[in-house]
Amino acid sequence: MKKIGKFLASRLFKSVLVLLMIALFNFFLVRAAPGDPAEILAGQSGAVDAEFIAKLRTEFGLDRPMIVQLGQYLKNVATFDLGYSYRQQAPVTSLIAEHLPATLLLTITAFIFAVAAGVSLGTQAALRVGKWGDTVITTFSMLAYATPLFWVGLMLVLLFSVKLEWLPAFGYQTVGAQFTGLAHVMDVARHLLLPALTLGMFYMAVYARLTRASILEVSQLDFVKTARAKGLSERTVITRHVLRNALLPVITYAGIQAGGLIGGSLLVETVFAWPGIGRLAFDALLQRDYSVLLGVFFIASLIVVIVNLVTDILYTVVDPRIELK
Amino acid sequence: MKRILSRVAALTLSLGALSVGGVALAEAPTPQYGGVLSAILNPEPPNLNVALQQVAVTQLVAGKVYESLLTYSFDLKPQPSLAKSWEVSPDQLTYTFHLQPNVSWHDGKPFSADDVVFTYTKVLANTPRTRTLMANVESVTAPDPQTVVFRLKQPYSAFLHAFDIGGGAILPKHLYDVDTPITQNPHNNAPVGTGPFKFKHWERGSYIELVKNPAYWKEGRPYLDGITYRVIPDAASRRLALEQGAVQQAWLQDIEPIDQQRLAKLPHIGETKKGYEYWSTMLWIELNGGREPFSDKRFRQALMYGLNRDFIAEKIMYGTGTVATGPIHHNTRFYDANVKRYPYDPKKAIALLDEMGLKPDKDGVRARVGLIPSPYGEMSRRTAEYIKQNLGKIGVQVTIENADVGGWTTRMGNWDFDMAYNGVFQYGDPAIGVSRTYVSSNIKKGLPFTNTSQYSNPKVDELFNAAAQAPTEEERQKLYTEVQQILVEDVPLLWIADTNYSVFHNKRLHNVVTTGLGVVDTQSDAWLSKE
Repeated sequence: MKKIGKFLASRLFKSVLVLLMIALFNFFLVRAAPGDPAEILAGQSGAVDAEFIAKLRTEFGLDRPMIVQLGQYLKNVATFDLGYSYRQQAPVTSLIAEHLPATLLLTITAFIFAVAAGVSLGTQAALRVGKWGDTVITTFSMLAYATPLFWVGLMLVLLFSVKLEWLPAFGYQTVGAQFTGLAHVMDVARHLLLPALTLGMFYMAVYARLTRASILEVSQLDFVKTARAKGLSERTVITRHVLRNALLPVITYAGIQAGGLIGGSLLVETVFAWPGIGRLAFDALLQRDYSVLLGVFFIASLIVVIVNLVTDILYTVVDPRIELK
Repeated sequence: MKRILSRVAALTLSLGALSVGGVALAEAPTPQYGGVLSAILNPEPPNLNVALQQVAVTQLVAGKVYESLLTYSFDLKPQPSLAKSWEVSPDQLTYTFHLQPNVSWHDGKPFSADDVVFTYTKVLANTPRTRTLMANVESVTAPDPQTVVFRLKQPYSAFLHAFDIGGGAILPKHLYDVDTPITQNPHNNAPVGTGPFKFKHWERGSYIELVKNPAYWKEGRPYLDGITYRVIPDAASRRLALEQGAVQQAWLQDIEPIDQQRLAKLPHIGETKKGYEYWSTMLWIELNGGREPFSDKRFRQALMYGLNRDFIAEKIMYGTGTVATGPIHHNTRFYDANVKRYPYDPKKAIALLDEMGLKPDKDGVRARVGLIPSPYGEMSRRTAEYIKQNLGKIGVQVTIENADVGGWTTRMGNWDFDMAYNGVFQYGDPAIGVSRTYVSSNIKKGLPFTNTSQYSNPKVDELFNAAAQAPTEEERQKLYTEVQQILVEDVPLLWIADTNYSVFHNKRLHNVVTTGLGVVDTQSDAWLSKE
């Protein structure tokens, strides 16, 4: 336990450093792009005059020296005050709080689907290597891996929403239906199915291929041969010895993938009109809505850092040979 | 004063439009009460305070909740809205508006002339769009709760054309006359207005829900129980939603031009091109007149001759635009078609370039220029690619310089461009929406959407100024005709097309457009027939 405590303290310290670096980098990155929110907002006010732009810049704090703006930003971030979006006229934390649950729901569902289906398919393929079952799974994985997300999304909509009319084509819930309790859960689940399937499909293919390759590799190792030689059942050999070792690269990939899922959800959120954080960030980027952009970046970084921390701990559970340092 | 075209907008409903077209009234059987209209909203508006935000989508939603003093018919005649009638003094310096009786705010407080005076003097006088109008105004007073008087410093003939919802939405004084800065007023995202629909809920990223205002001042209106705006960011999903009946209304570029003709043929989908008259957006290529060779009129004319604008209108815009003849959209007041024409004529273009001494180099190139497409929509990018090929044939090598909204806005404002795709609203009257692009007093480096071509012609300045103050329509027409002829000869920028957008709607939806403001107007007359 002491070891874990020390490990956690060290990793937390490093995580804070990483977050600080990211915050600094993001701050300068968003300001490096041409144009600022005052100009864009003024352009959308039906007319432009210098006084109005100057007034907006003062209000947004953009007229202050960069170093002062940076200091203020870091101070705010340290207290989890992500600022105010003058463009959307709402606090950034509340904007993120409105969008984050939808993204988490979508990405976690997609993630669970991807891992469960991917690992199962990969295992089945590895057990049947060279046979037709392996060929079918490998081909399917290859197709799912190579097909663009938005195309998969549109095809699923055409099939399940337009032709079969089983599932809604877009949105998060049935607007105006006022469902509560279980009915609400079921309603959201119906809306979630297609986007989660679309987002999960690509990653499922990755996990399937990764698991298959990893199992095949581990199966050749001496300890597996030993396990078989000492008479363990094939089931035990696979689950206890092969799979457990083969899953290490899968876990590594899952940790890395957390960031990719949040980014990748933008396309799916767009196709399915899913009210998530990807679109919030994308719109903020186009409008140079600095506070929203920095807020989303920060929260996304935080999530990735946390997931990576959890991944590191998971290693030790799966493989006791790995020590926490 | 300019506006970006792709967010441009829209149209309307209403009072007094019977004589012009009655797009829906003519086809409509007896209106029925009930039903909730589901309409496409794309992109999602940043906020709903139309005094601060002029993007088309903000106007679309806010136009149901707020109202302005006037609205406009298809032929751009002022029509009653919150003002039931008005008078203009013989010296054209005093405009007296008589307000509708029995109007109340959605929170139950009574509406009065004080709200109008407050909105104009404390809010709109400071917003970029209406500041220009208010610069002509000496005072706004309320002699009694039902009357508002605008006293002008000098005659301004376009005055009655600046009272649309975008330029003149009336805000509730009791909620805005507070210490909180207007940009942080919570009602910007939960508006309280006088219109036929009340704001109910905004689920960001998903939908905005409006419900019927049972206390609406207009007897028997609205017909609909509510309007739900669905945020659908993907073009293919929007088309499917309309086709499948999940939504009943789309406008502007909600439907990609390439899909429009097919969609219009579906038996349950209706289409109207009415309702964009007030906005009448034009698309053009801005030229940096401060740089060689754009400063030479012959080069600008050569570009006009070298562009096959018919191809752009027909094959790239798929009929959502018609070839522009000059600086005024054909639907805007005082348009005159009697101007010099620039048909596609590469030989003439080359002759002009030769005359300038711009000879082809060893690669056959006479001039190398950059072009920044507008960041709004695919159509702009496709147009830019076509222009590149097109002008290449006359020896003008175009490099496409992609930019997002921030880059595009800033580079145009700082005159850091050769050519840039742009488009602006015309707001019904050239004094409001046209002159700003060409008068030398609006050459302001650092400010986007001003006279960024830096075109300067004292005669044009004089004509625009005189036309803004001329007392009769005939005199104004004469002045605007002359200014159109001069501008078309000078070619300060390349006019590509007068937009000709459509509103697509499910045929269950009637009276979708009844005024020159189109679907932006209140839609209090719109109604849904049963499935």
